[in-house]
Amino acid sequence: MNRIKKFFSTFLLFELLKGMAVTGKYLFKPKITVHYPEEKTPQSPRFRGLHALRRYPNGEERCIACKLCEAVCPAMAITIESEERADGTRRTTRYDIDLSKCIFCGFCEESCPVDSIVETRILEYHCEKREDFIYTKEMLLAVGDRYEEQIAKDREADARYR
Amino acid sequence: MENIQRQFEQVFGTDWGSMLFLLTSNLVLIFAIVIPLLLCVAYLTFAERKIIAYMQIRVGPNRVTFFGIPWLRGWGQPIADAVKAIMKEIVIPSGANKSLFVLAPILTIMPALAAWAVIPFSPELVLADINAGLLYILAMTSMGIYGIIIAGWASNSKYAFLGAMRSAAQVVSYELAMGFALVCVLMMSQSLNIGDIVNGQQGNSFLNWYLIPLFPMFLVYLISGVAETNRAPFDVAEGESEIVAGFHVDYSGMAFTVFFLAEYSNMILVAALTSIMFLGGWLPPLDIAPFTLIPGFIWLLLKIAFILFFFLWFRATFPRYRYDQIMRLGWKVFIPITLVWIVLLGLIMQLPESIRNLPLLNIWF
Repeated sequence: MNRIKKFFSTFLLFELLKGMAVTGKYLFKPKITVHYPEEKTPQSPRFRGLHALRRYPNGEERCIACKLCEAVCPAMAITIESEERADGTRRTTRYDIDLSKCIFCGFCEESCPVDSIVETRILEYHCEKREDFIYTKEMLLAVGDRYEEQIAKDREADARYR
Repeated sequence: MENIQRQFEQVFGTDWGSMLFLLTSNLVLIFAIVIPLLLCVAYLTFAERKIIAYMQIRVGPNRVTFFGIPWLRGWGQPIADAVKAIMKEIVIPSGANKSLFVLAPILTIMPALAAWAVIPFSPELVLADINAGLLYILAMTSMGIYGIIIAGWASNSKYAFLGAMRSAAQVVSYELAMGFALVCVLMMSQSLNIGDIVNGQQGNSFLNWYLIPLFPMFLVYLISGVAETNRAPFDVAEGESEIVAGFHVDYSGMAFTVFFLAEYSNMILVAALTSIMFLGGWLPPLDIAPFTLIPGFIWLLLKIAFILFFFLWFRATFPRYRYDQIMRLGWKVFIPITLVWIVLLGLIMQLPESIRNLPLLNIWF
């Protein structure tokens, strides 16, 4: 009896019709596509995008050239050279991040004792040559200056969990 | 028309004039069929991408606008695709047989377009109203396989060759089931002329269409048609996951596009044949006022679109058949079904007049 039932359900294409009913139903379901440039997926305040170097409100750069980030970087993407400045503080003369090496793990941000190197929410940047992937100190500071408001807000939102 | 013919005869003389007139008028008619057909093919690819995307809860191509009209987003996609394909280089592999390699796409598209000559779009609109129309169509659709085999052979590649072999075996076996299904239609209509086949389905309503008495044959024909055009779930000839792209791995640019055009125009052809043989061609579903006002041409297009939607629906739903299962389905399921149905149909048609005049039966026999 079971075999006869199975024979007929195969022969009358019952299973195939069931499958087509499923896809037919999905034809009318709302689509889940995010229309990218117009719509964007939400980002967490912890989002790890393009790097930035921050400054104190008085305009003094935060980085003290402790080189912890350089040491912790698993991809060895950070290169730092430092010197004593005229006022006796230690500052970087060179702070390069090679974004083609960077794996965006966020260790640099975690290791930084003065919250200087941070990762921002910026993910839409591009480079046309390999050399363009090396972000220098000036570029990183410029990113930090430009997005300081957002960066500070994200740090504050995440402060409870640190 | 006759005025134009007379003018031709005045300019070129009686003999040459009528010959030239025949040539030019036929060429014009051929273009009038082929150019809309190729446009349909272009937009069928768009419809396919859209419908399959919708069934996978995506949105499909929606970036290229059509002449900048904002609500036609995505409608320029087929044109952009065509331009891209035309601009690309046709790479001929160094080990390939060059002349055959170039010949293969032509051999594939030629029968796919030539078969349209006998398709009647309405009682009057047919390029060649020949009496052996159905035979012509069977001959033309079987010829398409040569292009595929030659493409697989000429590419001098294992994948292409495997694809060609699979395709050859598959098309030949489904050809049989398809032919037998059409034999049933012939028995009902008593004619090989496609116009007569449609006229045989004339009646008060869709009950007169051959779809009802020949429903199993309709299914067999539709599924064989899917197999015949190498569409999913019978697309083992291409089988991206197994043999890269099958017979057209080594083709690029316009040569590949020609294969693509052939596949899609074959799809439209099978859909057109299904609607002519089983869904009453240009006939409206009910022979009453609102339906009869719509011209037959539109009805045929609607029916073709309906069948084509099924083609896309199949592709969105079913995974690819295993090769031996395809062969089993063709030889051990479809051919026996069709043979049994032919015998049954013959028996019914030989019944005495009094039984054939019973209600229900008298619609069809």
